[in-house]
Amino acid sequence: MSRLAQTHPVWLTNARVVDPSQGLDGPGAVLMVDGRIVAAGPSAASNGAPEDAETVDCRGLVVAPGLVDLCAHVGEPGHEHRETFASAGRAAAAGGITTLVAMPDTDPCIDDPALVDFVATRARRTSAVRVRVMAALTKGQAGQELTEFGLLGEAGAVGFTSGRGSIASAQVLRRALTYAKDFGALVCNRPEDATLKGSGVMNLSETAARLGLTGIPAEAETTVLARDLRLARLAGGRYHASLLSAAEAPGLMAWAKDQGITATASVSAAHLTLNEMDIGAYRTFFKLSPPLRSDADRRALVDGVKTGAIDVIVSGHDPQDVETKRLPFAEAADGAIGLETFLAAGLRLVHDGSLTLTRLIEAMATRPAEIAGLDAGTLKAGAPADVVVFNPEEPWVLNAKDILSKAKNTPYDGARFTGRVRRTYVGGALVFGL
Amino acid sequence: MITRAANPYGFSRPHLLGIEGLSPPEIVDLLDRAEDNIELGRQPSKKRDSLLGRTQINLFFENSTRTQSSFELAGKRLGADVMNMAVGQSSVKKGETLIDTAVTLNAMNPDVIVVRHNASGAIALLAQKVDCSVVNAGDGSHEHPTQALLDALTIRRHKTRIDGLVVAICGDVAHSRVARSNVLLLTALGARVRLVGPSTLVPGAFRDMGLETFTSMRDGLRDADIVMMLRLQRERMQGSFVPSVREYFHYWGLDEEKLSYAKPDALVMHPGPMNRGVEIDPAVADGPQSLIREQVEMGVAIRMAVLDAVVNARGNGGEAAP
Repeated sequence: MSRLAQTHPVWLTNARVVDPSQGLDGPGAVLMVDGRIVAAGPSAASNGAPEDAETVDCRGLVVAPGLVDLCAHVGEPGHEHRETFASAGRAAAAGGITTLVAMPDTDPCIDDPALVDFVATRARRTSAVRVRVMAALTKGQAGQELTEFGLLGEAGAVGFTSGRGSIASAQVLRRALTYAKDFGALVCNRPEDATLKGSGVMNLSETAARLGLTGIPAEAETTVLARDLRLARLAGGRYHASLLSAAEAPGLMAWAKDQGITATASVSAAHLTLNEMDIGAYRTFFKLSPPLRSDADRRALVDGVKTGAIDVIVSGHDPQDVETKRLPFAEAADGAIGLETFLAAGLRLVHDGSLTLTRLIEAMATRPAEIAGLDAGTLKAGAPADVVVFNPEEPWVLNAKDILSKAKNTPYDGARFTGRVRRTYVGGALVFGL
Repeated sequence: MITRAANPYGFSRPHLLGIEGLSPPEIVDLLDRAEDNIELGRQPSKKRDSLLGRTQINLFFENSTRTQSSFELAGKRLGADVMNMAVGQSSVKKGETLIDTAVTLNAMNPDVIVVRHNASGAIALLAQKVDCSVVNAGDGSHEHPTQALLDALTIRRHKTRIDGLVVAICGDVAHSRVARSNVLLLTALGARVRLVGPSTLVPGAFRDMGLETFTSMRDGLRDADIVMMLRLQRERMQGSFVPSVREYFHYWGLDEEKLSYAKPDALVMHPGPMNRGVEIDPAVADGPQSLIREQVEMGVAIRMAVLDAVVNARGNGGEAAP
């Protein structure tokens, strides 16, 4: 589906307009002309629309900024059999995502300006949604030598990440944060101590003991997170903790923010809605990294999102094929897809009273756009017309055979959701519609 | 033979271990004395006899061709007998060996030892163990006083003064003894010194020392009278402090465009040896604003002045003086 197909004005009216960037949550409309937002809110409703505008009656629907996913593995280049920018783009649009940030853990990994350019060009040609690239923090993701933050940034990288791995060397992370400061670059690390993780495959708990699986202690995450936050204080760069899983993590983030450390954090929608009990009888689609932990951990993470200790929710989309998942639990690959269930999973937290809709949209659109420095996540006049329209009350059941992603490793097969994306616009063009 | 009236505030120390602690009149005295040697060096006969019969030992624990040759030539032009001791880096076991070597050399009754060592503070330690004069030819990341003096001499000859000049020292400040000595000397003589480079190479601690630091060449070179480039060691440009040569050159290498941010009559300096295409564009290194070759000539003149001054400050008998 091409984004260039449709450029006539669109008037989304009779809607509930939610835009955390302007403090909007109420009846109104959104007018999009020439790929940009012209007006959003009550005034957009009362001022009407140009004559040639397509009017979409959004009674009972919410109109919000398109979601911005800071962490999605795609598979291109190198693992196109798992996911391409075309298939990821279709899935993202169905999940309400208008910008996805692709992780650099590809083959080859994205550690060179020419590769950033290749990925951006390839994605622009084939993806329904906007794709930005997070470059590798170290050359070859080996955790030793810094990549070219300046040149990679000029090529379009929105940040630098350890990807699936974690930077073991404190000195390397310190230098990365120091060097990144000169470019205002974002440094993302997955806080995880590889030695504490060891051969662990799930949360260290009674469940792991019962299943006879090696556990990963929460300290594998919290010791490194505590270290990283102090390194961020020492070096002064912008630090981002990717994919938190442990109950103690939000407290550490709150401490850092209180200290004035420039640190932000993310958690995946799966870690906010699932827990280790879902693994049941060795179900490998629930084998994630970091692992799903206890429900107490999950509740602490939700609370962390609520208070802002954790800034953003990501999909953590990680497509795996049957060959890497249909294995004994300990041998199966980590990861779950999460693009097309992104908004629906997030809405569970609104329906159970944990988060306001405004906070959810903020954590899924406004804040991630701010952190990555993107012109997105807002319905302010002049912003790109990236918009999601959803029915917050519509019940539906996810059926694995309907999944748009190439890889089908969803942890939500057969799950019931309340709230469904009806339309997704990127640059004013409809890229998904039911 | 040039004679000079005794300057009561001039330099009369038995050692030159660093710029730190030198008063502005002492620095100016050394620069003035070096001026005389420049003319001498341009004559067909370049010899003086002020160190005739004296023994100078060049003790280099770190390999150096330029500095050692410069000191050797300086000593010979003053009439001294010069001996080069190249102590291989691998055969040195730091502390104990350093002092053992010093004691051994001391037994040969030299008049001056010129030392380079890879450990900061090593030369001050050695100076405590010998009865002759000691000149620091570079200790670790600490000081390289004769480089700073020759830089100041070069600047003064072109700008007629140092007071009030804006000097941008760019690149690997963190590991540079040249930068430290230059900061001390130029600041003492009234220049405004700025440090420019990535934060990995220009740590925040220099700001705490009261110096202006910049990460962008555009900001750091604005209105600069002097642009002093530092050498970036190869092992520091492959991902540890700087990701790559091309990125370093792109943002911090001195090319004609970046030089245009400085004053139109700004002068370019480099202590050598240069990494062309890393910290400096060959077009700039060899361009009309470059003083790099002249710095080498000034080096011999300065080192003559320093050797002459320290040996003669110790008196004619060679006995230990404070």
